[in-house]
Amino acid sequence: MAQQTTNLDPSAGPVTRFLRATEIDTRLLGMVAALILIWIGFHLYGVIVNGNGAFLTPRNLWNITVQTASVGIMACGMVLVIIARHIDLSVGSVLGFAAMAMGMFQVEWYPQLVGLGHWTIVALTVLLGLVVGTLIGAFHGWLVAYRGIPAFIVTLGGLLVWRGAAFLLARGRTISPVDANFALLGGGPYGSVGATWSWMVGLAGCGAVLWLIWAGRRNRQRHGFPQRPMWAEYVLAALGCGLCIGTTLVVNAYPWPRGIVAQYAAATGITVPEEGLFISHGFAVPVLILLVVAVAMTFLMSRSRFGRYVYAIGGNPEAALLAGINVKWMTVKIFALMGFLTGLSAVVASARLNSATNALGTLDELYVIAAAVIGGTSLAGGVGTIYGAVLGAVVMQSLQSGMVLIGFDAAIQNIVVGIVLVLAVYIDTLYRKNVK
Amino acid sequence: MNQNVRQGTPLVEMRDISISFGGIKAVDHVTVDLYAGEVVGLLGHNGAGKSTLIKCLSGAYRADAGEIRIDGRPVEIASPRDARALNIETIYQTLALADNLDAASNLFLGRELVTPLGFVDETRMEAETRKIMARLNPNFRKFNVPVSALSGGQRQSVAIARAVYFNARILIMDEPTAALGPHETQMVSELIEELKRQGLGIFLIEHDIHNVMKLCDRASVMKNGQLVGTVDVAEVTDDDILGMIILGKKPARAA
Repeated sequence: MAQQTTNLDPSAGPVTRFLRATEIDTRLLGMVAALILIWIGFHLYGVIVNGNGAFLTPRNLWNITVQTASVGIMACGMVLVIIARHIDLSVGSVLGFAAMAMGMFQVEWYPQLVGLGHWTIVALTVLLGLVVGTLIGAFHGWLVAYRGIPAFIVTLGGLLVWRGAAFLLARGRTISPVDANFALLGGGPYGSVGATWSWMVGLAGCGAVLWLIWAGRRNRQRHGFPQRPMWAEYVLAALGCGLCIGTTLVVNAYPWPRGIVAQYAAATGITVPEEGLFISHGFAVPVLILLVVAVAMTFLMSRSRFGRYVYAIGGNPEAALLAGINVKWMTVKIFALMGFLTGLSAVVASARLNSATNALGTLDELYVIAAAVIGGTSLAGGVGTIYGAVLGAVVMQSLQSGMVLIGFDAAIQNIVVGIVLVLAVYIDTLYRKNVK
Repeated sequence: MNQNVRQGTPLVEMRDISISFGGIKAVDHVTVDLYAGEVVGLLGHNGAGKSTLIKCLSGAYRADAGEIRIDGRPVEIASPRDARALNIETIYQTLALADNLDAASNLFLGRELVTPLGFVDETRMEAETRKIMARLNPNFRKFNVPVSALSGGQRQSVAIARAVYFNARILIMDEPTAALGPHETQMVSELIEELKRQGLGIFLIEHDIHNVMKLCDRASVMKNGQLVGTVDVAEVTDDDILGMIILGKKPARAA
């Protein structure tokens, strides 16, 4: 959205003035601060208690990016569902069903026609997963919008139905391994793009940041709106580019393990020097998928009529209806989009696991909803952002990875995640009260 | 006021409109009309059917029976979109604003300005909003906050701006001053006079009898879903109209 007039009140403190001038969302700032606290906290705990800080290492951070991908992709869709005053409890089961359908297709059915390892397998499998997810989502949306069944009930039913259906598809077997090309979509050393391409991505991100700032400034100029002060633009550009380049440096600092390097060297006929060969992972494919989804969804929510209508429906469904918006059809589209992203998550999750299991995606619905809510999506509807949800997913994943690293057992992990969820929403409630 | 305004084809004719909900006749064979440059008040108790009748014109409801004519031509109004396409704009009592969106987003809701590539053109919408608000409510400054942060009068001016911006020919106002202070009420009254001079036809649902006497040319009174009658405001007294509302009787003089 176009932002607040920058009237710099000289009596305000430097922090307030900085925030006003840069127009940075204070809520976003709070989340980033919380994330940094979590990271430093886990690292220091490791240093002090275990004598080894394993958290702030390229390896762990790289792993967190990959582990965030599946939940993060779905959280981008859940934001829309929740903004429009609905909920989707079925995403974990739909993910399981789509993954199982893809597993059966790429391992048991389609190779019988074309042979194992055929190049079309990966494309058709992904397509199948996306179509299955989209159709299930659209069906849920239709039941909600045109049959008037509350989304909570429809998707609670879906949670049971699709988990059961996934079991029936393969009679409970685990389908493994999946197609070799398909597995690359899940990350891992071979499923990452390497140092050079990662730099391309990082620099492209940088370029996008600069272009957005420049275009925004030009646009405001054209209409004679108040501008941010020049120094604030520089600060924003530096922060944005710093983030892109910093992330690239981190993912490039994590090398392939020795075994993979040896395997790769043997396959390509290079000799590994005595001191070892440093081959960067770079961005993992699922992380790039998440990035593309997040950017596309942000664009959709802020610059398209569709996104505008999602917010309007959440803010006041009656007003949306009176403004001529087809609320029912919009609901179907929102759930279909959620289903599409769930299908995409199923691709990432089953590729990463290199198999389709009946339990895949179990409890994901709760993590996805938690990520959206920690990211500032209001369950009352009308409020939420994509970047918030992605950040929320990173926070959740950081907590879990951190607790695994310092050796908390599963019971304590659940307790901590549960408390953090409630606490995050409580703090958010206080924050919103203060803003008003 | 002046009979000579009401010559030729009415801008709007709603003929013999009926609509019922679950067996209850909310509107029962009601006929009203509206000429360009005229304000017709719709009066009656709560539940008399005024809002329901008017929602048939704004596209929120569909009449079970009856005919709507615009400029003498029968039209089908099946949705709010149809009504808007006929230059019928409505200011609802509830204002029908999405509280979480800013003024510009509300003003253009459902009719966003887009760039050549089809993306929502936010800066242009804000620029247009600033222009129209400068005309309607020059003190309005809160362009970048959700409308939930606005006062009643400011919200009202956003709702009015929405109707005015899109060149309404027929304006429906459902108790536009109900939630407003005296100063803002005055502002709305002046606006109604101004729009009338520009040749709009206005249906005004109003409870305050003084506003009716001041702003309306004619008044149509409804009771229990039926039309009691339509009178020339200049030819009757407050008490006559109150009698129509309360007793459902048409004054002898104006019959």
